[in-house]
Amino acid sequence: MMEKLEILTASAKYDVACTSSGASRSGQPGGLGNAVSMGICHSFAADGRCISLLKILMTNGCIYDCAYCVNRKSNPTRRAAFTPEEIANLTMQFYRRNYIEGLFLSSGIMRSPDYTTEQLIAALELLRNVYNFRGYIHVKAIPGADDVLLSRLGLLADRMSVNIELPSQESLNRLAPDKSKQSILKPMGLIKSKITENSSDLVKYKHAPRFAPAGQSTQMIVGATPDTDYQILNLTEGLYKKYGLKRIFYSAYTPVVEDSLLPALDTKPPLLREHRLYQADWLLRFYGFEAKELLDEAAPNFNPLLDPKCSWAINHREQFPVEINRAPYETLLRVPGIGVRSAQRILKARKAGSLDFYALKKLGVVLKRAQFFITCKGKPLEGLKVGEHTLLRSLMSGQELAQFQQPEVEQLSFFDDSYMAALPEAGRAATFRKGG
Amino acid sequence: MFKTTTLAYTYDGSFEGLLCCVFESYEWKETPLAIHSDGDGQGLLLESKWIETDSVKAGRVLRSIPLKISPEAEELVRLGFWSNVADKEMLLLNFLYLGFTHGRKVMNMLADDTVSALNKAVQQLRREGHHYLGFVRFSVYGPVMAAVIEPRGYILPVIEDHFCDRFQNESFMIYDKTHGMALLHQPGRQAIIPLQEWIPPEPDEAEAAYRRLWQGFYNAIGIKERKNDRLRASLMPKRYWKQLPEMNGNAPALPALPARQGQTASRVKSGQQRKLQ
Repeated sequence: MMEKLEILTASAKYDVACTSSGASRSGQPGGLGNAVSMGICHSFAADGRCISLLKILMTNGCIYDCAYCVNRKSNPTRRAAFTPEEIANLTMQFYRRNYIEGLFLSSGIMRSPDYTTEQLIAALELLRNVYNFRGYIHVKAIPGADDVLLSRLGLLADRMSVNIELPSQESLNRLAPDKSKQSILKPMGLIKSKITENSSDLVKYKHAPRFAPAGQSTQMIVGATPDTDYQILNLTEGLYKKYGLKRIFYSAYTPVVEDSLLPALDTKPPLLREHRLYQADWLLRFYGFEAKELLDEAAPNFNPLLDPKCSWAINHREQFPVEINRAPYETLLRVPGIGVRSAQRILKARKAGSLDFYALKKLGVVLKRAQFFITCKGKPLEGLKVGEHTLLRSLMSGQELAQFQQPEVEQLSFFDDSYMAALPEAGRAATFRKGG
Repeated sequence: MFKTTTLAYTYDGSFEGLLCCVFESYEWKETPLAIHSDGDGQGLLLESKWIETDSVKAGRVLRSIPLKISPEAEELVRLGFWSNVADKEMLLLNFLYLGFTHGRKVMNMLADDTVSALNKAVQQLRREGHHYLGFVRFSVYGPVMAAVIEPRGYILPVIEDHFCDRFQNESFMIYDKTHGMALLHQPGRQAIIPLQEWIPPEPDEAEAAYRRLWQGFYNAIGIKERKNDRLRASLMPKRYWKQLPEMNGNAPALPALPARQGQTASRVKSGQQRKLQ
């Protein structure tokens, strides 16, 4: 059992989704568990990633041969498979001990997409209907499976996801010849329409079974192909809008198999790039930004030294400074150093009296960055000197850089063009502010 | 007008007792320089006034909070009392002064030193409470499950509903070693009671096997190319590790340190456990 668990965990670890948020379900007598909408992390792995779900594959045997995948048919790796009973039992035992918030179940393709989906359904039915498990379940929809099967699966799970993996058709063709854009988007569309249909059923019938109440998500591999951040972010935006996705995950490519089409095995995963994409994703979902505001054809990649919001602010200095005591919420959100919580606190505290810089600090605003972009009662921070170097140094997230420190050579060379282009640009901004 | 005196108040350390300190302060229109509970070491420089706990006085103060300030203020005060911030008594007294002066508006005065300090203390308590939703580890001993935690703040009431809802069918205990309290649950009933000392029994074979499987899972899920000890330690601070099977190797049980036991026992004598309720 231990060996199986280790094999099927190791083969699942490159799937990044590990949130347990979005579903809310209370416990019930005779059942075990509940689901909490804010999500709960139960542990953190040595790489610092949250563990909230028992993340395993049903089997790592696969009939496909995707070049980037550790489980590809042609990769000589140890194979194993769980039975539905083993999965259900392990989930229950881990859940009782409060090791996990629920199950994340994916699988290699055994025999056919339909057969694989039937096995996943069997495991989930055991959990839900025999063990009365009410905890969180995230399950992978298998591209190419029958609609009827996918619909049954979605009624047993809290979240369903189909991985896009590669952000363009061209990259898919090259690296995942068994998959097509169509085979990925079709189940995604089905899940979306089932969720929509279900929400109108819920209005009509109070007890209609819920279809993937925590929505659907997907993930993309970053750095295995030449796709730019701009392409990835545009795709992201489209997916949020068209398919109503709840989350998109980005996974810095870690070479696992030798392949002439892929970066060499000793390539370090581009963690900083992944981090920047998550930051930008956040800006799309919670800060009212659009992809085209953050990147364009001319500068298609994020600056490694500045976070996307700082980069944007520096290039849009005509919109600053912002007056803290009057600016609407949406405008406050665009100031570097002011996040959703700070902005909400500012609105609340403004009701009790006007705010100065000292007050902002107590509200948790990161003045180190915000000071260059705001005024309080019409005045900028007293004694604030904006030189070419102070501005840049203050905006650069040194800590982030250190935290995600990878051999700089690889990291910077990836960004070579944008890195060189962004610095003089930022320098000009600093000069401008000093003069103006 | 209130005068600040060279007095310190001493009370029994209970929530009601603190409310009586507030009552006393208003009755005599005096602001003490410090408030000590009889358990902690008291300031020697100040003259000390013993405040007797009186549930009638406490009730009057408590009822006035939602009435004169807001219901949210009452919650803030309760949670503030459970936090482990230094000088929490004076902080709460100052907050109530402000509240009784400004009314509902005090909840928006986030830039005020007192309000901001209290909010921070409560945030910290809530964050720790949220951490423990994930970091509690039960061991299964036959028909019952038990967990040991060592939180800084008194978070049992914060996590109570979550676990009782989640494990409705189970009989379980969460033992808070720091405060000498335990949350007990059986199907249909629950309570938080003082518990001076509890040493977990040795796990049986099945329990030990699931711990090992969990450790195996934990080790297999990390990606070595992304190893980041600093990030992990910031998200899961080391003070939690002692009670996490995945972080302490193959330790069969969770041995209690002798020094700690001594402390716990002495706390019982001073009766501090009961004060938390």
